[in-house]
Amino acid sequence: MYCIHPVRVSSLKPILLSILFLFLSLHIFAEGGEGNKKFNAGELIGNHITDSHEWHIAGHLAIPLPVILYTPGKGLSASMYNKLEEGEMDGFKLDAKHNIIASDGSKFYDFSITKNVLSLFISILLMLWIFTSVAKSYKRREGQAPKGLQSALEPIILFVRDDVAKASIGEKKFMKYMPFLLTVFFFIWINNLMGLFPFFPGGANLTGNIAVTMTLALITLVVVAFSANKNYWMHIVAMPGVPKGILFLLTPIEILGFFLRPFVLMVRLFANITAGHIIALSFFSLIFIFGEMNVGVGYGVAVFSLAFTVFMAMLELLVAFLQAYVFTLLSAIYIGAATEEHHHNHDHPEAHVEEAAIV
Amino acid sequence: MEKLIQPEIGLIFWMTLSFVVVLYILGKFAWKPILKALSEREQNIEEALNTARKAKEEMIALKSDNERLLNEARGERDKMLKEARDTKDAIIAEAKGKAQAEANKIMASARDSINNEKMAAITELKNQVAKMSIEIAEKILRHELSQDEKQKALMENLIRDISLN
Repeated sequence: MYCIHPVRVSSLKPILLSILFLFLSLHIFAEGGEGNKKFNAGELIGNHITDSHEWHIAGHLAIPLPVILYTPGKGLSASMYNKLEEGEMDGFKLDAKHNIIASDGSKFYDFSITKNVLSLFISILLMLWIFTSVAKSYKRREGQAPKGLQSALEPIILFVRDDVAKASIGEKKFMKYMPFLLTVFFFIWINNLMGLFPFFPGGANLTGNIAVTMTLALITLVVVAFSANKNYWMHIVAMPGVPKGILFLLTPIEILGFFLRPFVLMVRLFANITAGHIIALSFFSLIFIFGEMNVGVGYGVAVFSLAFTVFMAMLELLVAFLQAYVFTLLSAIYIGAATEEHHHNHDHPEAHVEEAAIV
Repeated sequence: MEKLIQPEIGLIFWMTLSFVVVLYILGKFAWKPILKALSEREQNIEEALNTARKAKEEMIALKSDNERLLNEARGERDKMLKEARDTKDAIIAEAKGKAQAEANKIMASARDSINNEKMAAITELKNQVAKMSIEIAEKILRHELSQDEKQKALMENLIRDISLN
């Protein structure tokens, strides 16, 4: 049901590549580490999990990315990041921490194609390619058993349809929200998996970026707000069957709850994925920290770090799926609550407790 | 590290744009045909199962129907055989009765004719005996009366009888 085989097979490749990469980088580090600046694990991890205007490949090799800046009143200005590194461009320059600043100190907005944006585009192209080709095979093999990629993804699509959408929204209305839920699910899952892959075009921390999770949560909020019926709004503004005195207390809580739900969605995904990246990178950093003391110790620690990294990679594969599932399931539950028909003898306190337990 | 929890406007912009575009394209060209194909396939499977169940039920009904027909036919045959046997028995019985009656009639008429013949024979015999007796008596008389004294004696006897009367 959860499509274990493809995941297991595909997880082996990055792990094997990671092992190779680990020993190669250890050599590079042992040779080049002498006299140069000291290894800073915090900086490494910080650089990895935050966004960047260049895509670091290996060693000193990095792909510079386009910088697009909008200054109110002045308009757009675009260049490549490596041009900015060389010196001032178009009234913009880099400060000591490699942040872009305007030379005259004026306020501007950064619409650059950063590492995360590029990763986003790649994942989206991947999604479009995967699912249009799957859709094509459904048309081509009409009335036949699924095959290949189609049969790998069909159980997951059915899982989202039957166990997420149908179960949470209900038989009558779930079909309307299927495109949204499927897109959210596969978007999060594919980007989670791409984040686990250590090399270009993977390795960006897209689903662990607060802007991305915030956008996803806001889209869910918009969907909920637009599909909510009168009954749902009534429950927020004035819960039926509750005395007026308590309503003064309850209504603000309900209104807060309306915004809290997407907020929790945002934080959960962000924290889970970022934490996974931090842990995996911390184990890697251990090797370099000990390697700085002594190359032999570094190799010794590498064995343990590697074991932990492999374990973490396995766990992160599970988390990648789980977080996609949780985000989609909770979105579906919010939509389900917003579109629920009026029940006369509905036991409200219990329903709320149930929901709170899921959160 | 405070960068980590600061959502950047650029990424929000690109993310919103990309997500809406991908939602639209996938919704139109991927999810719609995929979901349609899936529900159609499910419907087909359900229909096929229903058809199979119906066919099975029909077969069972047909089988019981056949059995019923067979039983009916068997009953009909038994009835016909019984009727035929009855008819045969009736015919035989009737024929027997008729034959018996005919035989009785023939026997009766035979007995009658035998009786008649017998009576005729007896009568003839009687006549013959009477005739012969008369002839014998005539001969005896003639012989008796050929002698005079005897004729006389007879006369006397006859006269005696007349006088007595």
